[in-house]
Amino acid sequence: MSADVIAPPPPENPTEDWLREERIPHIWCPGCGIGTSVNCFTQALEESKLDRDNVVIVSGIGCTGRVAGYLKLDSFHTTHGRPIPFATGLKLANPKLKVIVYSGDGDLFAIGGNHFFHAARRNVDMTVICVNNMTYGMTGGQVTPTTPIGAKATTSPFGNIEEPFNLPFIAHSCGAVYVARWTSFHVRQLTKAIRDAIAKPGFTFVEVISPCPTLFSRRNRLGDGLDAMKFYKAHSEIRNGADTREVAISHQSKIICGKFVDITRTTWHDAQAAHLHRVMGNRFVPPRNWEHLIKSDPMEDLVAETIRDSSGDGS
Amino acid sequence: MSTAGLLTGPQFMDGDHACAEGAIAAGCRFSAGYPITPSTEVVERLAARFPEVGGVFIQMEDELAASITIQGAVWAGAKAITVTSGPGFSLMMEHLGLAAMTETPCVFVDVQRAGPSTGLPTLPAQGDMMQARFGSHGDYQIIALCPDSPQDCLDQTIRAFNLSERFRVPVLLMMDECVGHMIERVVIPEPGTCEITPRRMTALPQGAEYLPYATKDCCDMVPDMTEAGRGHTPHITGLTHDERGYPAMNTDAQRDLMLRLRDKILKFEPEIRDVRLDQVDGADVVVVCYGITSRVAIPAIETARAKGLKVGWLRLVTAWPFPEPVIRDLAARVKAFVVPEINLGQMVLEVERCAAGRARTIHVPHAGGAVHDPNDILRAIEEAAR
Amino acid sequence: MGKPGEVPLKTKVRGEVFIDDLRCKGCGFCVEFCPTDVLAMSDGYNPKGYHVPRAVNAAVCTGCNLCGLYCPDFAIFGVRNLG
Ligand SMILES: Cc1ncc(C[n+]2csc(CCOP(=O)(O)OP(=O)(O)O)c2C)c(N)n1
Ligand code: SF4
Ligand code: SF4
Ligand code: SF4
Ligand SMILES: [Mg+2]
Repeated sequence: MSADVIAPPPPENPTEDWLREERIPHIWCPGCGIGTSVNCFTQALEESKLDRDNVVIVSGIGCTGRVAGYLKLDSFHTTHGRPIPFATGLKLANPKLKVIVYSGDGDLFAIGGNHFFHAARRNVDMTVICVNNMTYGMTGGQVTPTTPIGAKATTSPFGNIEEPFNLPFIAHSCGAVYVARWTSFHVRQLTKAIRDAIAKPGFTFVEVISPCPTLFSRRNRLGDGLDAMKFYKAHSEIRNGADTREVAISHQSKIICGKFVDITRTTWHDAQAAHLHRVMGNRFVPPRNWEHLIKSDPMEDLVAETIRDSSGDGS
Repeated sequence: MSTAGLLTGPQFMDGDHACAEGAIAAGCRFSAGYPITPSTEVVERLAARFPEVGGVFIQMEDELAASITIQGAVWAGAKAITVTSGPGFSLMMEHLGLAAMTETPCVFVDVQRAGPSTGLPTLPAQGDMMQARFGSHGDYQIIALCPDSPQDCLDQTIRAFNLSERFRVPVLLMMDECVGHMIERVVIPEPGTCEITPRRMTALPQGAEYLPYATKDCCDMVPDMTEAGRGHTPHITGLTHDERGYPAMNTDAQRDLMLRLRDKILKFEPEIRDVRLDQVDGADVVVVCYGITSRVAIPAIETARAKGLKVGWLRLVTAWPFPEPVIRDLAARVKAFVVPEINLGQMVLEVERCAAGRARTIHVPHAGGAVHDPNDILRAIEEAAR
Repeated sequence: MGKPGEVPLKTKVRGEVFIDDLRCKGCGFCVEFCPTDVLAMSDGYNPKGYHVPRAVNAAVCTGCNLCGLYCPDFAIFGVRNLG
């Protein structure tokens, strides 16, 4: 560079602002889809214009579980399978927080399945992002509840014979108010889905089908991360509003993507605050940080409680 | 904190309810639980009382959930408690370790019943004392307190919260079915009359750079806390971490962290220690006991004294960290210790270890389901005095 | 070319792409999914032994940052030229 040319300050990677830069490079393998989903997540946060001091991220244990540790947010890396109850505690104690759970398929649906069901049932206001790579990445590629029939894993070396979970159907039937599935190829749609899920009050769920080239793809002779991404591009079908019963995934076949559920249901907090206020009257002392949930007119509580479930058409 | 809904003054209640009122008096405003006899009355009481005092109770789907939900609440700024009994206590072990590792102040209550497994759900035991100390994997320290009456359930619950905040450590309230279900007079202190330890909250302003595990000096090994929503962006992990809270996968970091987690408790054992003594000076025999058994031992001790034996009574209110210096000191002066407990030999191992052969240790075991027959304790005292 | 801090070519480009060679793990996502085929994998290796992408067709970069959204290693991003 000649002395008289002054370089303009380098622009910043837009994701950078959300990262704990001192912790990058991260531990994820080349071509792993987790990092791609993180770009979409940070982009969604950027677009959401939330007060970032109130955004909290909670992860379990796994490769995906490491997401919390790379983000410059209040971040909690909890125990395997339990990020959702930890997040429930955060949210219940301070409803002003925007609580996001970011974890893997094994974490959220094997060891942690029960917690997912109940948080969705309660409609605790949180967003759960599941990076579904159909394997236990962190521990070396074992079979998970989402491994398709026929796929090989270290603990199903001759191929899996167990029916996998259809995650959007589970989320829907347990009561999630927003359910979407995208792959890490669908970066724009995924960004929008995460943004919408975060903006929506209640329990919202975004599944991200994502490559684990090191363990899942290699063992199944499916090439590298880029091959998985090309596969998603060629074999995904966008079907917004699809019946969640019909979006199950089979090994190396069509992946149905889209927004499947978008309904309104009273959140745990709104129901609890309105109910206690109505039945206890002035004896009810709102917890710290709950004041904004209390309506001045108890009749409003009744209304809040009774228009519980306005189901949408699922689109 | 508002005083609305607070209950004060003399009441009649069982130990479970007293524990709940103790939590409220201590400033606890969050609880997550899962029903299990004989602890359920604690969460039932909290579920009914919390809405009157600005608290939140949630019944979770299991004890794994309950024991981590409270930790989420703590990081959102609440003081929090979870309550269980034997089988549930076993499920909570992973999160006891998480709280120890992340230095999350919180209170776990175990109303002990006879085990193992489902055991005798409605009947007492003291069989979880070693589980309290060693139940989660790895090396860590906790504090465990053993109340012996409903009033003490209230008092020790308050102290449990205070110690958990002082040391940023999970504190275990090791009740038993008897103290949980016995009904006695309980005096609930007026607000402002009992000592309440506030959280060691960092004084840093909103958004300031904060190191979640930096300690100020080598004497005070407890870092200041923050809560979510203050822009301090702490990273909190159960992995071995450095003072930034970042994973540090090496033996040096492991050693530094393990030693600090140990020393921040063990070096302060005298401060944490609460032992109650009666006529141990000049005694030939000291009965070492805790929980309900410390009351059951009294008639045996009185009978022995009436027979002319020199018998002292030592009640462990703080069971962990074990008051080693107290037992060491006594071991040099007494003939023998008698240790009655409703298990087949747990805290007696500690007494034996500290006595180090200088005084005899006689265990009075009970397999659980009832309290001791005081005559069994008396016989052991007589044998010990021989 | 293309590294943060370097002056981009002063043609009438609509966007610019920046590559952090040290972070790149050579997965090829950016090359594959750039809508205007700006990028190609180079033959050279970075210090970690990965091939890194190069903007071989910088003039057609729109600065859409799709590469940035795809890159799992936060190693590349595009910016739109203002004005
Ligand atoms: C209680 C417990 N059991 C098992 C493990 C070991 N373990 C760590 S991560 C993991 C699987 C993670 O799989 P997934 O949630 O799908 O995340 P991925 O690594 O695929 O992103 C397992 C079994 C653990 N840490 N804790
Ligand atoms: S093992 Fe799989 S999931 Fe884990 S970082 Fe590597 S590619 Fe990603
Ligand atoms: S910014 Fe857009 S056009 Fe430019 S290299 Fe990246 S993907 Fe291609
Ligand atoms: S997407 Fe990122 S890591 Fe992959 S080749 Fe491009 S710059 Fe390198
Ligand atoms: Mg996985």
